[in-house]
Amino acid sequence: MNSPVLDKLKQRSVLRPVSQPPAAHRTRRIILAIGLAILALIPFIGLSLPSWLLPGPVNIVNSVGTLDVLALGFIFAVVALGYDLLFGFTGLLSLGQVLYFALGAYGLDITLSDWNWPLVPAILATLTAGLVLALLLGAVSLRGTGIAFAMVTLAFAQAMYYLIEDNPHNLTGGDTGLVVSTGRLPSALIGVVSTRNLYWVALALLVASYIVVSVATRSATGKVWLAIRENERRAEVLGFRPYRYKLASFSLGSLLAVAGGMMYLLLVGTASPDSVASTTVTVSILVMVVLGGPGTRWGAVAGAMVYVYLQQYLLKIAAEPSFASMPAPLRVPLSQPDFLLGVIFVLFILFVPGGLSGIRLRKGTRGQ
Amino acid sequence: MSTFVAITISGLALGAVYFLVSSGLSLIYGLMDVLNFAHGVFLTLGGYAGWAVAAHMSQQQGWTFIVTAVAATVAGAAVATFTEVLLIRPLYGRPVGQILVTIGLDLALVGLLEGGFGSDSRSIAVPAWLTGVTVTGPERIPNADFVSLGTGLAVLGALTWFLRATRYGIIIRAGAENRDMVRALGIDVGRAFTIVFAVGGAAAGLAGLLNSVAFSSGLIGPTQGDTLLIFAFIVVVIGGLGSINGAAIAAVVVGLVQSYVSFYAKSGAGLSQLGNMSVVIVLAIVLLVRPRGLLGRIA
Repeated sequence: MNSPVLDKLKQRSVLRPVSQPPAAHRTRRIILAIGLAILALIPFIGLSLPSWLLPGPVNIVNSVGTLDVLALGFIFAVVALGYDLLFGFTGLLSLGQVLYFALGAYGLDITLSDWNWPLVPAILATLTAGLVLALLLGAVSLRGTGIAFAMVTLAFAQAMYYLIEDNPHNLTGGDTGLVVSTGRLPSALIGVVSTRNLYWVALALLVASYIVVSVATRSATGKVWLAIRENERRAEVLGFRPYRYKLASFSLGSLLAVAGGMMYLLLVGTASPDSVASTTVTVSILVMVVLGGPGTRWGAVAGAMVYVYLQQYLLKIAAEPSFASMPAPLRVPLSQPDFLLGVIFVLFILFVPGGLSGIRLRKGTRGQ
Repeated sequence: MSTFVAITISGLALGAVYFLVSSGLSLIYGLMDVLNFAHGVFLTLGGYAGWAVAAHMSQQQGWTFIVTAVAATVAGAAVATFTEVLLIRPLYGRPVGQILVTIGLDLALVGLLEGGFGSDSRSIAVPAWLTGVTVTGPERIPNADFVSLGTGLAVLGALTWFLRATRYGIIIRAGAENRDMVRALGIDVGRAFTIVFAVGGAAAGLAGLLNSVAFSSGLIGPTQGDTLLIFAFIVVVIGGLGSINGAAIAAVVVGLVQSYVSFYAKSGAGLSQLGNMSVVIVLAIVLLVRPRGLLGRIA
């Protein structure tokens, strides 16, 4: 079974090291800064683009539809960054990340709308609740390793889903979900004109999350995360207690998901079990991180943006009239974003295990 | 108390369905260290295959239901075999990649089913006696429960025989203990991988049909298998990853707990999902007391 092809496959494993040459580092920073500047200015760009390029119904760059899709992409990028901490940097395959996303959306909605709290205390309370729950459930689920951990996180998330469906004390609205009441929100975040402001807030949240994740992964703790990912036993023998470090990674990753969930509520205005609490959301977060390349920060961001964009874009394409005239064997699969994204995901795992960021980095190192 | 026996049998029947699903998951995990997330869509495809075949029968009788069940089983086995050969095999040596690829397959196939059949459920045609009840004294027990229970026991017996008495069964058991040693003895473990997937897929296809008939009023929908799969995962973890006997015990425990709690908590308001949640609580307790599950190997 020992063939060079097999060895090559092993080397290109899904989880790659993050160290890069300094030159690539600097170029990447410049690209990031330019990209960020462009993103921040997009609400001012009234450019009209060909209709096949944009996901929204109106083909103008700063239309509400386009800004909405981009802001949704930022939000999922925050969640994907958090998930990348667990999966990409610490090697923990959690399948319950949606629990914290749901907690963010529902927690903020309940504190704002039901309990009529002001925005800032509501946000702080939701974050605290998320941290407490992450520490509690993380402490239980991290008793299992590998697959057992994955299944337990999945089970907890499913329990949360059932709890939300159950509508205890009429808090969650059951199947139909909740609509955020605007009474306690600043006027800048309400109404159609607010899309632009929400876009900036989402972008700011993404930048802040990116910085947090960068600092965390570069810190001494971050190095231990990598050591645990590569070989947990070895890290243990070196004198570290993997359990504590894994719990830290789990909690920070979950907090980012809570933050993403709160931002989602502000942007979308509603929270329903299927859109913020079902396991399909966890799967899409996982797909984003793997598409982008696990263990790389901007890979998670790119994966999330590409995923959200594709999902909306494919829906728009499928609704076009020319689509209906296609023969059924072609039209049925092509009109299902889930099918296409699933196929893309499978192809990436088989042929591009390093994800989007892996493609670029391999080209970069070849030149040296 | 008159319903107690009926609730118990319903719980055992649910446990039998869980066993059909989790035995395959456990076999695959035991031999290959792959957790197969596509198992859920194997279930669903089994249900749809049963629906398609039953729809072509002019009348429903005992033998037509057997044909329907065979169709579901064959569909599950066929899809599982293709999955192993086309997607799992190229990823040997990349366990995380193998898990991810099954997640992607599940996403894609469920999407395809929603495109092809819509998200509404289809009704599987079954013989009239299967939807009827057996009345014994004060008890009314659905016949479908007996069919599930009998099938679960038969599959448990067949699997035990297969693993203990046949050549491939012995290879699978040996491979679960030490894959490299089996390979060093000159035995093709790769074929055993395909066989566990085929066997697991067959059981899953059958379970998909039985789940529809016994617990979903004969309906089959695109995401039905994935919902059941989460409980099967819980069963596998409680039983101990890789242990068939553990899966059997845990399946019965989970089935009974879910059945009792669902029934007796229904009187409380806003607690309709307590039966489902109680299973998660059982899981948390088992993990706190015994992290490797009831009969699991030491991780």
